[in-house]
Amino acid sequence: MLNEKNNNHHQNNIVYDVKKLNLWYGDVLALKDINLTIRENQVTAIIGPSGCGKSTFIKTLNRMVDNIPAVRTSGEVLYYGTNIFSDTLRVEELRTSVGMVFQKPNPFPKSIYENVVYGPKIHGISDKKILSEITETSLKSASLWEEVKDRLHANAYGLSGGQQQRLCIARSLAIQPQVLLMDEPTSALDPIATNKIEELINELKKYYTIVIVTHNMQQAARISDITSFFLSGEVIETDATQKIFTNPNDKKTEDYITGKFG
Amino acid sequence: MNHHNSSDNNEKNIELNNEGKLKTFFNKDIISKRMNNRILLDKVAKKLFFGSILFALIILVILFYRIGVLSIGWIDLQFLTSNLSIFPEKAGIYGVLIGSFLLMVVVIPVTLLLGISTAIYLEEYAKKGRFQSFVNINISNLAGVPSVIFGLLGLTVFGRLLNLGSSILAGGLTLSLLVLPIIVAAGQEAIRAVPGFLRDGAYAMGATKWTTVRTVVLPSALPGILTGSILAVSRAIGETAPLVVLGIPALILRVPNSLMSDFTALPIQIYYWTLDTVLTPEYANMAAATIVVLLVLLFLLNSVAIVIRNKYQRRY
Ligand SMILES: Nc1ncnc2c1ncn2[C@@H]1O[C@H](COP(=O)(O)OP(=O)(O)O)[C@@H](O)[C@H]1O
Ligand SMILES: [Mg+2]
Repeated sequence: MLNEKNNNHHQNNIVYDVKKLNLWYGDVLALKDINLTIRENQVTAIIGPSGCGKSTFIKTLNRMVDNIPAVRTSGEVLYYGTNIFSDTLRVEELRTSVGMVFQKPNPFPKSIYENVVYGPKIHGISDKKILSEITETSLKSASLWEEVKDRLHANAYGLSGGQQQRLCIARSLAIQPQVLLMDEPTSALDPIATNKIEELINELKKYYTIVIVTHNMQQAARISDITSFFLSGEVIETDATQKIFTNPNDKKTEDYITGKFG
Repeated sequence: MNHHNSSDNNEKNIELNNEGKLKTFFNKDIISKRMNNRILLDKVAKKLFFGSILFALIILVILFYRIGVLSIGWIDLQFLTSNLSIFPEKAGIYGVLIGSFLLMVVVIPVTLLLGISTAIYLEEYAKKGRFQSFVNINISNLAGVPSVIFGLLGLTVFGRLLNLGSSILAGGLTLSLLVLPIIVAAGQEAIRAVPGFLRDGAYAMGATKWTTVRTVVLPSALPGILTGSILAVSRAIGETAPLVVLGIPALILRVPNSLMSDFTALPIQIYYWTLDTVLTPEYANMAAATIVVLLVLLFLLNSVAIVIRNKYQRRY
């Protein structure tokens, strides 16, 4: 199984090609000369200690960093060959193709149904039949359907934290993105809910490309194909997950995964 | 190794006295004595604060009593449905109510549209920086400008420059200016209270800024905006000074029938009637009766605001 991962991880199409990416918050350089390739239908895990720039990096991939004042970038992030910083790229369009799930579940204070159809609706789908089809498909893909099918019109805030997070995943899936970015999606959840989401990620990677930030190394080891170790805004090492966790090239990576710091 | 060292250090941090007990730093008797004083002070403070609220309540009771005595027997259906008249027993405030109502027909759409748009712009679109804080400071200042000044502005701009005279439109626009800062400030506060992670949810789905505002920010901010708006509107209903400056005629016998009509409104009618009590003592009763109507109206509006606030208060 692990061998299989190793064998084909260089063959899958390139989704993101990050080249010499620097990012500043004002005068503070938060990402330093990042080079990273993300491939189709793989789970790429970003690991590293708090404050090393994991969130900043993943928020750059769908340009959510645009919303933070005083952010500047240099370098290139190619998404299927197009630089996402180019003037001709519409950021709204990028985000319909790159979904994002946040650290703290953030459903809208609306019904479960309204949460799932939010994306389709704002992008112009109004046919009730299509919308309810999308709802069912998305909730099934997020393994939430069975739990909520009888209360689609109940408020999303009545769900448990784990269910809310799966609802947020369903909400992202409803506009059929190609990539799913997840920033520590289980850090606010209990172990059972975490386990459910990890199983879900394993399922989703057949159809989506997933980038997941986690500071839980066991999680990275369990669910990812590729792991990239960040430290102080730099990529120290990116390799097959199995390699990173058994025989890393860099001493710093080894120190981190063996718990010497972080 | 490391572990050992740190636990040694920890033991050294707890200082013990000769008998091997925890060192004491203060005399419990002194503390107990000081405690007596503090508890006494607490009781005095409680009495003082209660006195303050009692003072306010007594004034309110006197006010209600005076108005009640004066207005009793004067408020009836006839008073509410008849038009103004020089004969006190025949006079009613129908036209005055219509005047106030038509004023609100101008004030509500104008202030809501301009006020909420301004709040949205400042909170969601404007770059956080010098321009935004400059505008914010000015809005706070405007909210503190005496209403007479707004009356003068209204007289100059709407009354004379735009030639609207002392019509309902001129009065309504003047009152709109007066309460606009209140609505903008309330709107900004309500918008600011919408948590950022909800906006992120929308942006991450490819929503534009306006879509995010329309589908996520405004629905969540609406209760706050509505409450602020109602309070602003009730302020406008009760304002007298700007209308006096605009030159609202003292006695209007016709019921206003368009936004260009001359008019009187509840507070200004109270003002004129009170002025003329020397000539006709019954005017005092009519003023009191009108005050009751105005107070009931304000009370109702404020209650609606409170109900909305309590009902839609969101927890995330
Ligand atoms: N909005 C911001 N403004 C300024 N500095 C920020 C901001 N967000 C993050 N940073 C800084 O950037 C660095 C990386 O942060 P972040 O990407 O959140 O790290 P991680 O997700 O790995 O914990 C940290 O030093 C942090 O203080
Ligand atoms: Mg983070």
